[in-house]
Amino acid sequence: MAAFWILGITLIGSAIWCITNTKPVYSVVALLLNFAALAAMYLTLNAEFLAVIQMIVYSGAILILFLFVIALLSSGVTPFSVGPNKLPRIGIPAVVVLLIALGFLTYAVNRVTANAFANTSPTSPVGPVGTAGVFGSVADFGKALFTTYLLPFEITALVLMVAVIGVILLAGDQAPYVASQKQAEEVRREMREAILRGGE
Amino acid sequence: MSPMAVPIADYVGLSAVIFFIGVAGVIVRRNPLIMLMSIELMFNAANLLFIAFSRAWLHNAGHIFAFLVITVAAAEAAIGLAIVVTVFRTSRHVDVDDIALMKG
Repeated sequence: MAAFWILGITLIGSAIWCITNTKPVYSVVALLLNFAALAAMYLTLNAEFLAVIQMIVYSGAILILFLFVIALLSSGVTPFSVGPNKLPRIGIPAVVVLLIALGFLTYAVNRVTANAFANTSPTSPVGPVGTAGVFGSVADFGKALFTTYLLPFEITALVLMVAVIGVILLAGDQAPYVASQKQAEEVRREMREAILRGGE
Repeated sequence: MSPMAVPIADYVGLSAVIFFIGVAGVIVRRNPLIMLMSIELMFNAANLLFIAFSRAWLHNAGHIFAFLVITVAAAEAAIGLAIVVTVFRTSRHVDVDDIALMKG
């Protein structure tokens, strides 16, 4: 009960922080806090596997993609100015965010290990995490995913393939749009020269 | 299995609040990156409901579909960011209102 309210307030607060920030990098940090709190909430709902997936896919992959794009877009636009060191100013918020994330992690580890060593009878629906027959276990999840829900799973594979092809077409090599091979060579040569000139 | 400590209505309310924060982000903000992050917030609100109802009814179909939603969200983020990079590469606009290439 207490966990729900703490996590809920964190979720709402970090969501508002995410959409009200002017700098996209701070929004990414807020979103990281949001995803961590959501993963902890999945743990309270007996979805251990999805909590791990949430951390790996959202916090590990999608947010890093956002950070890469922010770095890529801001590299050529705003010149890098060497000002006063801003680390002391953001130090306290950074420590707070880190401690909250660490608290969620400790809570998660406590919860999972407590479940794993719970002394229950084999027929009890509450038991060690991951064994078949327990609600939210990886075994049941995998069995359902590859038998009952095989068609949605295969359609997801198609969605991912479309995404990969779309991203390559959109952001990949720009040479296909250049009319001829000779012109493409020229573009590459100009790019090399521009790099070698080094922004004079 | 013990009943849920928190009534399902609370999860519905929390999910609705997060979803509408995401909607507000898409409507109010003009930065394409923050709009994409707001879409991620909406995906997460939907996922929270999938998992909460899955727990309430003790059926793991909600887990499966939350997993599939995460996959679709990853694909969406990849394509959305690719579009942002492509548009930014050609026009240097960071405001989505300035991008009217496909306007009739």
